Amino acid sequence: MIIYGVAVLAGCLLAGMVVGDALGVLLGVEANVGGVGFAMLLLIVLTDRMRKAGRFPQHSAEGVLFWSAMYIPIVVAMASTQNVVSAVGGGPVALLAGVAATGVCWSLVPVLSRIGGAEEPLPPVSEEEEV
Amino acid sequence: MELLAEVLIKNGLLFAFLIVGAVMWASYYASHHLTSGRFHGSAVAIIAGLVLAYVGGVFTGGSKGMADIPLFAGLGVMGGAMLRDFAIVSTAYGVDLSEIRRSGLVGVLSLILGIFLSFIVGAIIALMFGYTDAVSMTTLGAGAATYIVGPVTGTALGASSEVVALSVAAGLVKSVLVMIGTPFIAPLIGLNNPKAAMAYGGLMGTTSGVAGGLAATDKRLVPYGAMTATFYTGLGCLLGPSVIYFMIRALMGG
Repeated sequence: MIIYGVAVLAGCLLAGMVVGDALGVLLGVEANVGGVGFAMLLLIVLTDRMRKAGRFPQHSAEGVLFWSAMYIPIVVAMASTQNVVSAVGGGPVALLAGVAATGVCWSLVPVLSRIGGAEEPLPPVSEEEEV
Repeated sequence: MELLAEVLIKNGLLFAFLIVGAVMWASYYASHHLTSGRFHGSAVAIIAGLVLAYVGGVFTGGSKGMADIPLFAGLGVMGGAMLRDFAIVSTAYGVDLSEIRRSGLVGVLSLILGIFLSFIVGAIIALMFGYTDAVSMTTLGAGAATYIVGPVTGTALGASSEVVALSVAAGLVKSVLVMIGTPFIAPLIGLNNPKAAMAYGGLMGTTSGVAGGLAATDKRLVPYGAMTATFYTGLGCLLGPSVIYFMIRALMGG
């Protein structure tokens, strides 16, 4: 059933959030540390095990894949609720600080991704496959 | 008319699905017919979303873009942290764990570099504009990390509300710039494989920026970028008011 996939996904995110919040309390910061990351690792490991044991059939996977397909629309909704007015109207200090920090970090991506050998680019996909 | 508005407000999330569906359709149409597919539909859609957010913000004077208009409040649910994180985690389904393990070192390095560099760059800009005290410099640097690290650090250090507001604005500039700029910068910095995406998430750190930017570039990169970006804000909040503040204070002498 599709709901099994959705339930596994929800369970992973909730577990990740708890771990991330607990880690935040442990470190003494008012933020979730890596909750989404832990949730992703949990989902990868858990679904891989379940699939190998034959307990995660295609119907269950569809419950996860649906949300994956909803990712871009959700991000578009997120974009439409950002505080763009403050970003644009923050004045020269805010503008320069934001732009300079982004620019410097952009320039380091090729340096870091070469550590331990450069990787091959992903094969191209057609838009239909992707959406 | 009133009846219609009432139904749409009451069923806000459904109306949001309808609106986003329409925005997606118009964006992919524009991508195909105006740019003949050179400029990706998802990138157009995200920019359209940001334009809507600006319009909404100007219209209401609020901080949540379109979601501050009651009729469009459903967008706030659909694009809120809960469903966003739910969708981000779902993109990890089917990812090969060995890929992440192989790029783990790069991810950790990118986080450390990304946080320190953002603070340093932000603090230097603050200094250039005459903020010479360590508290203001650190707070603005924190804002250059993300718009959450800014106010958390500023509050912890007791920065003035003006500086805290500036730090939030700096973080928002970064987040919007990453959302819009990633598809343009990606071919120049080799952002086309999982390892580069892990480095990207750690260097940028802004979850919304990375989530939007990678969506507009190549959705397959999302889980790798999100994996590292999710640690950034927490680590920034940890290092900012402590290690980095002490470093800046030592340099500035108080």
